[in-house]
Amino acid sequence: MTLILGLESSCDETAAALVTGERRILAHRLAGQEAAHRPFGGVVPEIAARAHVEMLTPLVAAALDDAGIALDAVDAIAATAGPGLIGGVMVGLVTGKALALATGKPLVAVNHLEGHALSPRLADPELGFPYMLLLVSGGHCQLLFVEGVGRYRRLATTIDDAAGEAFDKTAKLLGLGFPGGPAVEQAARAGDPRAVPLPRPLIGSQEPHFSFAGLKSAVLRARDAGLHRAEDIAASFQQAVVDCLIDRTRRALAVSPRATALVVAGGVAANGAVRSALQRLAQERDIPFSAPPLWLCTDNAAMIAWAGCERYREGLIDTLDAPARARWPLDPTAEKARGAGVKA
Amino acid sequence: MLLLADPLATEAAGAALAAVLQPGDAVALHGDLGAGKTTFARGLLAALGLPGEAPSPSFAIVQAYAPPEVRIPIWHVDLYRIENPEDALEFGLDDARLDTALLIEWPERLGPPLWPDTLHLRFEPGPDDVRRLTWQAPASWEARWPPR
Repeated sequence: MTLILGLESSCDETAAALVTGERRILAHRLAGQEAAHRPFGGVVPEIAARAHVEMLTPLVAAALDDAGIALDAVDAIAATAGPGLIGGVMVGLVTGKALALATGKPLVAVNHLEGHALSPRLADPELGFPYMLLLVSGGHCQLLFVEGVGRYRRLATTIDDAAGEAFDKTAKLLGLGFPGGPAVEQAARAGDPRAVPLPRPLIGSQEPHFSFAGLKSAVLRARDAGLHRAEDIAASFQQAVVDCLIDRTRRALAVSPRATALVVAGGVAANGAVRSALQRLAQERDIPFSAPPLWLCTDNAAMIAWAGCERYREGLIDTLDAPARARWPLDPTAEKARGAGVKA
Repeated sequence: MLLLADPLATEAAGAALAAVLQPGDAVALHGDLGAGKTTFARGLLAALGLPGEAPSPSFAIVQAYAPPEVRIPIWHVDLYRIENPEDALEFGLDDARLDTALLIEWPERLGPPLWPDTLHLRFEPGPDDVRRLTWQAPASWEARWPPR
């Protein structure tokens, strides 16, 4: 039985988890679990590296204690090595290296995005390669064709804001409170998604990417026009995001006939409207739809331990000089998304 | 004061700044959500040569770019999520200024004003997509900003 200790500290969360190759999550611990205190309007997230430093070692001890396992029983230590806030990444990676050195176990340096990309396989034993992954969170919005462990093709990314960021900033603009995603979703339930005409950036365009910055500006204008209820703006905004996500995902599936499933991961996967629209799209394409449980969609260490497990089983271990990286694309060969100045 | 008619004009203003930007410069972008700060930053980064997308730094806080993908080393910084100015200390902005240009959104989150030689640009929304760009340019910027 493979047993992996996973560490995550690449952004706001500090976390440790123990996961087996048989998909058993023996322990998962998350610090600062005040779920209400999300970015953009919330209480201070744990951005500071020193906060990660203070929390990580006790979390590892607590996770081992929860599982009733001694540190030297693990097969490898998996730690997020990027991308993310560099101070936080270093804390987790250096902790992982120290534990690897002390125990003589191998280190697996995990890409945070790979953690998200493989997490659906931790939750769903039926999910095989290749699959189409929509990764939507506060920091990322990508379509990845997942062909196997370490084999990812990035088909699309955002050319500006991430989808979760658009939710958070819309909540802030409309004074809906925090966390932004759930606040917008709740307000949207009392609103009319057709009430406010909002743009669908890049929909139907030849380029495969996402764009949400213009949508945010349109929300600002709608608010300042004073003609609409916040609920109607929220509902119309959410519908616009759903339309964009679905249009781009449909396009990606059309060019990837080998995809055996449609999978969503990342914090925005918690949004009910996004989930049900993706489910309908999967039905339309006659492929299964898979979404990990919500706690596994947001940042956590179980997904890092699982990605570490998948890599370890393939012999993909790292040396102790593995670098911490602020930017680390999953698919370095991906065609550049056209950046500024694009009008499509 | 510059009137920026639409996002393309905002990007063009960013490109104009890119033409005169040097390592060690600090540029603060003031303005509310949706005022055009990130659009300006994207225009600047593209003009510095960035071939791909310039992701919003709101989540990662610091997006660092270096040659060869851009002409000079530059950090695109977004302090929106910083509530405790001390938390920003560990990003090492002071040290970075030794060889890197800094483009800082939400600079007021740092508390006291930035370095005295910072170029301050302020974005205010007008009707439709129009943005009003005003600035406070210290002596070191007088020959470089506003663009001629």
